[in-house]
Amino acid sequence: MRDTLNGTSYQSGSARPSSGKVSIRNVSKIYDPEGARVVALDNFSIDFAPGDFLAIVGPSGCGKSTLLNILAGFDTLTSGEAYLDDELLASPDKPPRPGADRVVVFQQGALFPWKTVLDNVTYGLIKQGLVGRKEAEERGIAMLRSSGGLDRIAGSYPSQLSSGMQRRVEIIRALINDPKVLLLDEPFRAMDTVNKSTMHQHLLNIFRDNPKTIMFITHDLEEALYLADRVIVMTTRPGTVKLDIKVDLPRPRSREMMASHAYIALKEQTVMAVREEAQKAFERGEREMA
Amino acid sequence: MQEQASAIAVDPVAGPTTATAAPAASVHAPRRRKMTFNWRGLVSIAVFFLAWELAVRLRLPGFHELPGPITVARVLVQDFLYSPGYWESWAISFKRVLLGFLFAQILGVPLGLLLGTSRRFNAIVFPVFEMMRPIPPLAWVPLSILFWPTNEASIVFITFIGAFFIITINVYDGVKAIKKEHLWLASSLGAPRLTVFRRIIIPAVIPSIAVGMTLGIAVTWNVVIAAEMIASDSGLGRLTWEGYVSSTLPVVFVGMISIGVAGALSTWVVDVIEWRMMPWKRR
Repeated sequence: MRDTLNGTSYQSGSARPSSGKVSIRNVSKIYDPEGARVVALDNFSIDFAPGDFLAIVGPSGCGKSTLLNILAGFDTLTSGEAYLDDELLASPDKPPRPGADRVVVFQQGALFPWKTVLDNVTYGLIKQGLVGRKEAEERGIAMLRSSGGLDRIAGSYPSQLSSGMQRRVEIIRALINDPKVLLLDEPFRAMDTVNKSTMHQHLLNIFRDNPKTIMFITHDLEEALYLADRVIVMTTRPGTVKLDIKVDLPRPRSREMMASHAYIALKEQTVMAVREEAQKAFERGEREMA
Repeated sequence: MQEQASAIAVDPVAGPTTATAAPAASVHAPRRRKMTFNWRGLVSIAVFFLAWELAVRLRLPGFHELPGPITVARVLVQDFLYSPGYWESWAISFKRVLLGFLFAQILGVPLGLLLGTSRRFNAIVFPVFEMMRPIPPLAWVPLSILFWPTNEASIVFITFIGAFFIITINVYDGVKAIKKEHLWLASSLGAPRLTVFRRIIIPAVIPSIAVGMTLGIAVTWNVVIAAEMIASDSGLGRLTWEGYVSSTLPVVFVGMISIGVAGALSTWVVDVIEWRMMPWKRR
């Protein structure tokens, strides 16, 4: 089925999911159109195929999160359309509607602190009425167990876990609903390097075993190149696509890969674009202060 | 407390795919509560009473009319502990605190939830609420006596006022502080609107309700004692005040000690309730 030995992982196999095609067409988002008119997104378009691991990189305030919130159904858009599997997801006339087919993992973590790990994980299945509580719990336990034996913390509350553990539970809470798209909003931002790289490996394993369309938002270019098949560099506000790079590095990926020529070449190619935008954002910040 | 917290924290790097059995024990291990006896506390209490007794015996400035702790203890045991009237004062004050506190919860919690969730309701009600909130509870005494048919009702009302604004504003702040990610995720995961309210907003404000309870119970005791001194002929506050007007100073001390014990007892009960309300905060 999947050939992980020659290093190309799912691309060579048949494990690509059949659904999870996202297309974002000419999306603009203007906050406060009557007053300050902050253009967060300006005519932004990208398409990604089912099973794409897409990373979006850009300076803070470039509209990355706005894009994600529009896809997730948390925010409205001013013009343009977004489609999921050719079905209209968002347009200016369509009220935003969140759904379990595109679940978000947030940077600060959003496990319900008053629920146990298991109750957090099963929340979606039970609320959608897909299965009864008993089956949901069985599935939750199975999923936790297969994710590095996390079933041992099923009865713990989130506050008793480390942040890495919390994030892993959160990813499981999203995946158990078998979403078409997994939306990750800088999920590892607040972590130290060691935890972060453990989490990267964990996410790559999940992606290998259960390929899904993933949109990963980050301001960390290295993280993006390490994880994704494709990296979009966004301009500073108003956010548009500045660079769209295919990351043709073999999977499974490892830390050693970051020393390879191919990786370094990609990094050189992108780092200037990111720096340029960061500089622009910084200078504008300066001007706004003056 | 801090040591216990770290004992139950889970090893962060347990390896993504390899199940490690070792940390499992620490997660579900029964939490050992280390009861170390605070002997320093006992010493300082002893020193406190000794200093008080000495200050009285040496007739230090300000102390020459005051009774010492031995006298107070004797009066407490001889004249009060076996007198039904004394325990009646306890019961009366407790009843007032309890009623005021309960009414404040019953009205304050829903009001706080409404203020936090309905923009329109907030626009109409919040300005009036904010106008009334800075008025100290005791400033309500005259109006309360005029308004309510019985003295008892007016004292309960003043007690209620003491806790009501604190409880309401805490719940309201709690609603405002709810992480929007929690609400978003709940609807992402398929929860209908009403469920979001019941299952997300309410548990999310429970910690704020608890803060309101802690502050509220303290304020109700403050207020009830003052109100009893001003406007009542019964209760622990009155007992203390009568000790003063009749120049029987040991009674003043008996009253003060009783109020302190009563307040501590109520706080302890509230703490137990809060502990039960928030299983996820237990450490």
